[in-house]
Amino acid sequence: MEQNNMDPRNEQWRIDLRNSKSPKERTAIPRVEMPQLDPKYRITCNEEVNQGISAEQAVVEASRCLDCANPQCVTGCPVNINIPTFIKNIERGEFGQAAATLKMTSSLPAVCGRVCPQEKQCESRCIHTKMKHPAVAIGYLERFAADWQRDNLPQEVPAMDPANGIKVAVIGSGPSGLSFAGDMAKKGFSVTVFEALHEIGGVLKYGIPEFRLPNHIVDYEIEGLRKMGVEFVKDCLVGKTISYEDLHEMGFKGVFVGSGAGFPRFMNIPGENLNGIMSSNEYLTRINLMEAGRGGDTPVLRGKTIAVIGGGNTAMDSTRTALRMGTERVILIYRRSEEEMPARREEIGHAKEEGVEFMTLHNPIEYIGDDKGRVVAMRVQKMELGEPDASGRRSPVPVEGAIEEIPVDLVIVAVGVSPNQLVPRSIPGLDISKRNTIVVNEETMQSSVGDIYAGGDIVRGGATVILAMGDGRRAALNMAKELLG
Amino acid sequence: MNKVVSKEQFSANVTKLVVEAPLIAKSRRAGHFVIVRAGEKGERIPLTIADSDPKAGTITLVIQSVGDSTRKICALEPGECLHDVVGPLGQATHIEKYGTVLCAGGGVGTAPLLPIIRAMKEAGNRVISVLAGRTKDLIILEDEVRASSDETIIMTDDGSYGNKGVVTVGMEEVLKREHVDYCVTIGPAIMMKFCALLTKKYEVPTEASLNAIMVDGTGMCGACRVTVGGKTRFVCVEGPEFNAHEIDFDELMMRLKGAQ
Repeated sequence: MEQNNMDPRNEQWRIDLRNSKSPKERTAIPRVEMPQLDPKYRITCNEEVNQGISAEQAVVEASRCLDCANPQCVTGCPVNINIPTFIKNIERGEFGQAAATLKMTSSLPAVCGRVCPQEKQCESRCIHTKMKHPAVAIGYLERFAADWQRDNLPQEVPAMDPANGIKVAVIGSGPSGLSFAGDMAKKGFSVTVFEALHEIGGVLKYGIPEFRLPNHIVDYEIEGLRKMGVEFVKDCLVGKTISYEDLHEMGFKGVFVGSGAGFPRFMNIPGENLNGIMSSNEYLTRINLMEAGRGGDTPVLRGKTIAVIGGGNTAMDSTRTALRMGTERVILIYRRSEEEMPARREEIGHAKEEGVEFMTLHNPIEYIGDDKGRVVAMRVQKMELGEPDASGRRSPVPVEGAIEEIPVDLVIVAVGVSPNQLVPRSIPGLDISKRNTIVVNEETMQSSVGDIYAGGDIVRGGATVILAMGDGRRAALNMAKELLG
Repeated sequence: MNKVVSKEQFSANVTKLVVEAPLIAKSRRAGHFVIVRAGEKGERIPLTIADSDPKAGTITLVIQSVGDSTRKICALEPGECLHDVVGPLGQATHIEKYGTVLCAGGGVGTAPLLPIIRAMKEAGNRVISVLAGRTKDLIILEDEVRASSDETIIMTDDGSYGNKGVVTVGMEEVLKREHVDYCVTIGPAIMMKFCALLTKKYEVPTEASLNAIMVDGTGMCGACRVTVGGKTRFVCVEGPEFNAHEIDFDELMMRLKGAQ
C-alpha cells in the first residue's frame, strides 16, 4: 500500500510505466468493448448481461490511461476514488493493489463498477473525451479489479483503527447505509445496521435486477462488512419496532438515516387502481427480492402485453424484467423523447437489443378495465417537445386530439419515487422539507437533530447508488469528528 | 426467527398462534399489524395483532388460511419458528372517550377488533360489541370480547348460535335503540361496506380496518392502495384504519379478488 506522505504518482514503478508508452500510442488504442450475453439467450434467464472484461483486456484498457498529472476523473467521482492509481496498478498487473486502492474510498467497488453512471461522472471528465476519443473505461476496470479480488484472493479486513467503544446506529442497509457502516467500522466505531426488510442491501436487492447486479456480489460486500464487525439486524423498523429514544437507551451515540426513497409515485389518472397496474417497486420487489416465478412463494401478475411507464433506469429494469418473465410484447412509454430519458445509454441500448418497443412522446391519460377490474387497454396522449423546463430538458406538450388506445394487460408505473416518510416522521424535532426529505447541512450531512446524520435518497429524493455512498462517506467523516472530539 | 409458543385451532380454517416477538410486544398498540413469512422463500403476509404480552414477549396472531402462504403459517406447531416477523406496522387506532362505541367484528376480524374493544373500554367508553359469523364455529374470542364489553351481541347467518342474521341486523338493533357516538368495524370487505352504509344512515362516525394486499408493508410497493374520499391512500402506512364512509369498498374488493 502506498504511503500517504508520498504521491503514488511519483513512485518509480509508476514513472517507468508512464514512460513505457507515448501518449500517442496510448490514445491510439481503441476502447474495450464489454462482452455481453446474446440478447436472445439472456432474456430466457437472469444471468448477468455484462460478462466483464478479461485480465488481458483490462491491462490493455488500463494502458489507454495517460496517468494525467491533474486527473479530472477523480473530481467526477462522488467518493473520489484514486482512479489513476488503481488503473496503473492494473496496467502493471498488480490487480490486488488495484482493488485495495478502490477499497480505500469505496466500500462497494464491485457494485459501483456495475451500476454507476460513469459516463456522467468520472469518464465524462477523462482527457480522452477532450480529444474526441472515447473515455478510458473506468467503470469496466473498476468492476474488473473488484471481481478479480473476489475471485482470486481471500476476503480481507481492511486496516482498522482500534475499537473506540462508541456505538453508532444505521437505519437502512442500502448503499448509503453500507458505505457509512464501512467507514465508521474502519474508524473504530461499533456499528449496528437496522433493516426493515428481511434482506440486507436495500435497493441493491429489491430494486436492481440480478441480470444487472447479481445478489452474490452484494452479499460478498455485506460479508466484508460483517468481518469488520458491523452487525446487521433485519426485520427491524426504527420508528416502529424500536424508537429513536430506544436507540439512545441502547447506548447509540450517533444515528445515520439512510432509509431511501421507497415511496412510489403514481400519476393519478383514471383507472390507475385497476388490477394489473402496479408500481415498478412492487413489480421488481416481487421478482427480485421475493423471487416470484423463481421458487419464491410470492405471486406476480403476468401479461402478454406489458406497458412500462417512464424513462429512467428503473423503467428499463422493469421492461427487461418483464421480458425475462416471458412477456410477449413489452412497450416502454415515455412522455419525452429518447434524448431526454434519464436512464443510462447502456440500459436503453440493452432494452432495445432485447426487443423492448419504445413509444416515446406518449403519455398515459386513462386506463380501461374489464368487468373484473383488470386493465385491458390504456389511452395514450401523443406529445411534442416544447420549451425547456426547470430540469433543462424540453418539456412535453400534448398534441391536441392525438389520442390512441393500446391493448395492454399489465402496466408498470416507473415515474419516480418519493422519500419514505416512515422513519423521519418518527423522530421528534427532525427538520423535514416540503418534499419530505430530511434537511441536512450539505457539507456535514448533519440534520437538525444533532446526533442524527442522513444521506442517500432520504435526503436527495431519488438519485444514484454512488451519490448515496458519497453521502454515507461524508456523514461518517463528520460524525466521527464530532464523536471523537 | 420467531418461535411459536402456543397454538389453538378456532375452527377448521382459523388458527391462533402466540409468537415470540419481544420488541413488537412492547411497542405495539391497538390497530397495528405485522408482516410475517413462514419460511425462507415465504410470501410476506400482513396480519393484524390480536393481543400481546410485553412481559412474556409474545404477540397473538389469528390467521385464516385462505391460500398456500396462510396455510403454511397455520401449519406451524409450537416450538417451530416463523422465519420473519416485522412490525408493528400501520397507524395505531385513535382511542379516546367518545361515549358509546359500537364495535362490529366479522369472522376472523374479531381478532384485530379485540385490542380496540379493550382500549375503548379502558378509555371509559360504553362498548357494545357485535360479533358475526356464518355459523357458530366462526364466532371467535367471545369470552375475551365479553370481558371488555358492556354488551355483546352474537349474530350467525344460519342461526346456529346467538341471533340469526348478518352483523348489520345486530348493529341496527342497537342504533335504533340508543345513541351511538362512534363505530369500529373489522371483517370481510363486503361486511364492512354494509356496516358503513348502515352507520352512514344513522350518521355515526365509523372507522374500518382494511386488509389489503401488501408486499413490504412500509409504503414501498403501493400494492395496498385504496381510494378514500376520492384520493389514493396506502393502507400500510396511512391505515389500516380509514373513515369507513369515505372508503371505496367496491374498488377494494375488486383489488383483493384480482390480485392473484
